[in-house]
Amino acid sequence: MNTLRIVRYVLWAAVAVLVVAVAAVLYFRESGEAPLVAGGIKGGPFNLIDQHGTPVTEAALMGHPSAMFFGYTFCPDVCPTTLYDMTMLMQQLGPDADRIKFYFVTVDPERDTQQAIAEYLSAFDPRFIGLTGSREEIDRILSGYRVYARKVEQDKGPYLMDHTAAVYLLDEEGALTGTIDYQEPPETALAKLKRLIESS
Amino acid sequence: MRFALLAVAAAFLAVDPASANSVKVGTLELTDLWTRATPPNAPTAGGYLTITNTGDVPDRLVAVSSPQAGTGGVHEMRVDDGVMTMRPVDGGIEIPPNATVTLAPGGFHIMFIDLKAPLREGDDFPVTITFEKAGSIETFLHVKAIGAKDAGGDQGGGHAQ
Repeated sequence: MNTLRIVRYVLWAAVAVLVVAVAAVLYFRESGEAPLVAGGIKGGPFNLIDQHGTPVTEAALMGHPSAMFFGYTFCPDVCPTTLYDMTMLMQQLGPDADRIKFYFVTVDPERDTQQAIAEYLSAFDPRFIGLTGSREEIDRILSGYRVYARKVEQDKGPYLMDHTAAVYLLDEEGALTGTIDYQEPPETALAKLKRLIESS
Repeated sequence: MRFALLAVAAAFLAVDPASANSVKVGTLELTDLWTRATPPNAPTAGGYLTITNTGDVPDRLVAVSSPQAGTGGVHEMRVDDGVMTMRPVDGGIEIPPNATVTLAPGGFHIMFIDLKAPLREGDDFPVTITFEKAGSIETFLHVKAIGAKDAGGDQGGGHAQ
């Protein structure tokens, strides 16, 4: 009889665990918050250069919030329009824009050299900091922030890159606090940037 | 004075080239052909247009090219779970009979690679668009602002769809 009772307790415990697990899954789905970017993750160390050749490490993210977009100069749609939208948002923020640092990090360092990024960024707000470097160092910052990027070879023509299209919002310690999604309305994007400034 | 007024009226009446930009090839009518200005050194440009098939048989957009670019292609862009992907469309894009297909940002587009020079806002970008049945037509894409989101208006964007 004792053995049966133990089995019963174990089974009830298993049911309880299952209920909690299902509830957790449902909660995360309902809240629409991808656990991947639930916040708090830090990028870890990296060693890159900006479009002027100046070394930039994770230390550069300390002491102020940042908005970070990952893309590449061969990208015809998401990248130039996102950088343009951010340029418009920086103008709307006025002097407050100087309290955030805006980064464009290449997912394609083989083609996006320092000079290529410098020329590309000249079409956008001059406060953008473009980051490139070795494949290894780019991979470190991408994996640190859980950014998806994958090279896709083509039968003809140059390769393409799949990549995360959101703008990452980082707090003054370089930790992820949220994102501005692709095609998010400019009003909510502006509100998110203002909140980022105020909370820092 | 009267001449000046007439000149002003004429300026207001002048039609925006983008909306006047409409060509026919076979039973297909192409409208709102546009692209964006490109940053210096950017090697690619996406192009967009609306195709109306007034005929009774389906056709396909199978190829594009430009004397101003090394190669051209038909692509589809998608954003799934926040990840942007772009792929060539095998066999081109079907244009069903008596239907309208719009190529727009975030979906199907034509794509030009190895641009010979940056595209400048206000210019016209020459293209050849080839359909399976209707054949080829030489026309141009109106170059809009670098952040343009759709064929309408000439403001730089800032409006998500």
